Amino acid sequence: MAERESPLVPVYRPGSHGNFAAGAGVRLLETRPGSIVQAAAWPGEERRLAAAIAAVTGLALPEGPGAGAADGRRAAFGFAPGRVLVVDQQDGLAAMLSGAIASDIGTVTDLSHGRTAIRISGDKAEWVLSKLFAIDFAPAAFPSGAGRATLHHDVSALIQRTGERQFDLYVFRSFARSFWTMLCHAAAEVGYEVA
Amino acid sequence: MLIACPYCGPRDVAEFTYQGDANRPRPDPASTDLDAWNDYVYQRANPAGPHREYWQHSGGCRSHLLVTRNTLTHEIAGVAFVRSAPVPATKPAPAAPRKRPASRKAKP
Ligand SMILES: [Zn+2]
Repeated sequence: MAERESPLVPVYRPGSHGNFAAGAGVRLLETRPGSIVQAAAWPGEERRLAAAIAAVTGLALPEGPGAGAADGRRAAFGFAPGRVLVVDQQDGLAAMLSGAIASDIGTVTDLSHGRTAIRISGDKAEWVLSKLFAIDFAPAAFPSGAGRATLHHDVSALIQRTGERQFDLYVFRSFARSFWTMLCHAAAEVGYEVA
Repeated sequence: MLIACPYCGPRDVAEFTYQGDANRPRPDPASTDLDAWNDYVYQRANPAGPHREYWQHSGGCRSHLLVTRNTLTHEIAGVAFVRSAPVPATKPAPAAPRKRPASRKAKP
C-alpha cells in the first residue's frame, strides 16, 4: 500500500499554543486512521447494512439518524439516510466490508486517502467547535457515539462524538490544512495542546 | 431561516441549496411539445404565500427535500424527503397567454 503523507505536516506543531497559561482548554490530534470507508445501503436494506458492519467491526449501530458507536480503535456512525462512515485505525477495512456487504445490500467506497481525521478533546471542545459549526454540541442534542454532517464556510465535515468531551472530525484532505489552521485559531483563546 | 431536515434536524439555511419550484410537471423526455417545455422551463406561478419548492441539504446529509415555505414570511409548513413525496401531476395554471417566438414560425 502506498505510504500516506499527512497534508497537515507543514502546519502541525506539537506542543502548547495560544492562551494556555491556565492549562490547555483543548487537545488537538491528527488520528491518522488506516481506513476511512463509506458504506451505503439501497433503500430498505439499512438493517442488513448495519448487521454487516457489526459483523466486521463488532460495533452495534443503534437505529436512527446520526446514530453510531466507537470503541477506541473502530468507529461508525450514520451521516445521511442509509449512509454510514466506518473508520478503523488499521488498514484493510474497505476490503473486509466489501466482503460482507453484498451488491444487493449496498456499496462500499474507500475514502481512506481522501479524508483527514482530526480529534479535539478537552473541557472546551464543545465551545471551540461551536464557533465553527452551526449545530448543537451539547450532550443532550449530540450524544456520545452520534455523528453529524455539517459544514463550515463550504468545508464539509463529518463529526462524531467519541467521548464525553471528545469529537472526531473528518474533512476533505485538500481542505485539511486550511481547516486545521482555522481550528488552531479558534482554539487559541482557550489554549491548545497539539499531541 | 431554519429548515428542519428530516434526517439532520433543524439546520441553518446556509447549509441548503435552493433547487426551484416543485410545482412544475416535467414533460416526458421524448416530448416535442414546445409549449409544455416552455412552461416547464420558464413559467412560474410565483405565489405570495405557501410555495412548494425543492431544496438540497447540500451542506449536510445531501438529501433532496420538498419544502413548503411561505414566500411572504419564510415560515416553513413542512419538509419531506423528495423520495417519499408525490411528484406534481397537474400543470399549474398558465400565467398569461403568450405568442410563439418568431423563430418557431413555419418558414414559407
Ligand atoms: Zn440533512
